[in-house]
Amino acid sequence: MALSFKAGVAAPVAGSRARSVVVRATKYDEELVATAHKIATAGRGILAMDESNATCGKRLQSIGLENTEDSRRTYRELLVTTPGLGKYISGAIMFEETLFQKTSTGKRMTECLTEQGIVPGIKVDKGLVPLANSNGESWCMGLDGLDTRCGDYYKAGARFAKWRSVVSIPAGPSLIALRDCAYGLARYAAIAQNAGLVPIVEPEVLLDGEQDIDQCLEVQEAIWAETFKYMADNKVMFEGILLKPAMVTPGADAKVKSSPETVAAYTLKMLRRRVPPAVPGIMFLSGGQSELEATLNLNAMNQSPNPWHVSFSYARALQNSVLKTWQGKPENYKAAQESLLQRAKANSDAQLGKYDASGESAAAGERTYEKGYKY
Amino acid sequence: MALSAKSAAARSAAAPRGAASRARTVRVAALSTEKSNPYMEELRATANYIATRGKGILASDESNATTGKRLATVGVDNTEDNRRAWRELLYTAPGLGQYISGAIMFDETLFQSTAGGVQFVDVLKKQGILPGIKVDTGLEVIPGTDGETSTQGLDGLGERCARYYKQGARFAKWRAVLKVGSSTTAILENAHGLARYAQIAQANGLVPIVEPEVTLGPGTYTIEENAYWSEKINSHVMRLLNEYGVVLDAILLKPNMCLPGLDAPTASPADVAKYTVRTMLRSIPPAVPGIHFLSGGMSEEESTLNLQALQEACPNSPWSLTFSYGRALQSSTLKTWAGKKENADKAQDILVQLARANSQAQLGKYKGPHPVPGGGRILQALRTGGPGK
Repeated sequence: MALSFKAGVAAPVAGSRARSVVVRATKYDEELVATAHKIATAGRGILAMDESNATCGKRLQSIGLENTEDSRRTYRELLVTTPGLGKYISGAIMFEETLFQKTSTGKRMTECLTEQGIVPGIKVDKGLVPLANSNGESWCMGLDGLDTRCGDYYKAGARFAKWRSVVSIPAGPSLIALRDCAYGLARYAAIAQNAGLVPIVEPEVLLDGEQDIDQCLEVQEAIWAETFKYMADNKVMFEGILLKPAMVTPGADAKVKSSPETVAAYTLKMLRRRVPPAVPGIMFLSGGQSELEATLNLNAMNQSPNPWHVSFSYARALQNSVLKTWQGKPENYKAAQESLLQRAKANSDAQLGKYDASGESAAAGERTYEKGYKY
Repeated sequence: MALSAKSAAARSAAAPRGAASRARTVRVAALSTEKSNPYMEELRATANYIATRGKGILASDESNATTGKRLATVGVDNTEDNRRAWRELLYTAPGLGQYISGAIMFDETLFQSTAGGVQFVDVLKKQGILPGIKVDTGLEVIPGTDGETSTQGLDGLGERCARYYKQGARFAKWRAVLKVGSSTTAILENAHGLARYAQIAQANGLVPIVEPEVTLGPGTYTIEENAYWSEKINSHVMRLLNEYGVVLDAILLKPNMCLPGLDAPTASPADVAKYTVRTMLRSIPPAVPGIHFLSGGMSEEESTLNLQALQEACPNSPWSLTFSYGRALQSSTLKTWAGKKENADKAQDILVQLARANSQAQLGKYKGPHPVPGGGRILQALRTGGPGK
């Protein structure tokens, strides 16, 4: 439900100090809400295709291609020109290089997307580095010059942004890491909104570790409490953000696996306890789950109405089969696009709660998890 | 809270070995509270029952001093028996339980009985109304502030809650008082009090009603300003509830509706609803089963019309948007009774009609006419100085 209100500065109350009350005014308020609702529409989710050049290179190398700008462009072109993609995909997150690229026919990547009704998005963080005095944990860089970068990205056609911080359960997480993760996200979100970009807020609780699902729930409740706390302090407008959490699951090396119903129950419990309904959409990351797992879990979460749109923002869980099908060969191009469409449709069905897993290939069940994965 | 050497040793002996466990520094409060609290299932069931759609709370927990002031307005002396008779009138109103799921009582009242010797807690339970209990002991001015208050009552709270549970109470209430323009000191102090109280209440089997009231006060502040401060205060309260491991599925919230200052033009129900709903959507996670608005000085009719407008502004609300009304249910009831036995039936009838009107409003089905139309604001002065006597 869209809430509209005027941005502005309220008049000071007679006779009291420090009264300029700013009700979260930025000139982009209405546009931010509209964009967020455009992305958080029924039956649609986000295609995350913002791998850094190094990570994208790994993917290409795994199918025998060299990591050049041209091959990266060819691969991303395959994705964004997939006919009919806009039926299931409402937003696509790009890496900086891709945002400014053109396809082989000279058309801008952003235009290919907007033509299909897909909102272009942009990764704006500058990656993870070691965090001093922590338990070997990371923090996410990118605040320096972020306002200028966001302004440039908006001009280039981006309308939402993404920043990925991580939280490690085997490492604790330490309070230092927890707080920095939440704080960085809050500052990024405020800056992005002021530049007209809907911030996707992503504190990824990594799959790595032996923790059981209860421990994961505990850590997720802690990081989201912290994140909302700092976002409120930084006057982030919740009607104009999207969340990108990890689902609440046992760790990759946990002894006991959980069914989609259990993952759904735990994840929804966490969301209900931490996410105010003003947030329009929750777009889950797949984080190393297999394509099939990621779809089944999403489907289980949509068996009854939720106060927010509950959907996907998948990278590996949408691209894995595409790469395998393509193998870098032109003769497989259409089949690869078809495979992307299939995965997108499967997740669209899952968003609507009507996914049917019969007929899925074995490849869809392959784990995409890598220990110590670098995005 | 100092940990003895013995317990520290016991804890480290019990902890599993390994790098992961040594690194474990994230708060375990929430998880261990939920898993180790034997009342948890009952707390959840209680909270959900009180938040049943179409029902709300009757707030009848005025301290003896405040009750005395009310009785004085109809010429009734402030004696224990008169206070008892007044509450008996409320709780024995026939059919009240159709619309009321909980009644908040003062300490004295929780242990009282009808003239015929039936305990109030039993009268209420028979009506399907859960007994609740005010557990704070009043307001004190925070030194160094401009008359801002902190709520007292944490000392011995655990024991008090246990005793109240034994007597039959199943939920508690603690009122924090804030205002448009509260200082950070006052906000943090009051949020802290609410969080600690809530934690202790849950540990002793009582569902805590968390009440961060931004009072309807003098001044020309706008409804937007009230909304801003209400949201900011709610945000601080929620974050401390999380830090103290309070299980949100088993609390109820009692906030104010967003209203402009007393010296500003009154807002329409649609505007009250728009800002109030926006504030709730931004600050209250769906796990909280019920949001029970206080009437806080609104007239009886205003309280019902605004409640109805809330449903229209938020048709699929994840929490029940309902009421916990004191003055808005009691004011005309008291005037009708005026301390006279021969008026009791009529007074009870007014009470039930008011409860029904608000029940219908909670369901979004209120049509009117209101049982007590056109009344003015029902204001009361803020009382400080410690426990109400």
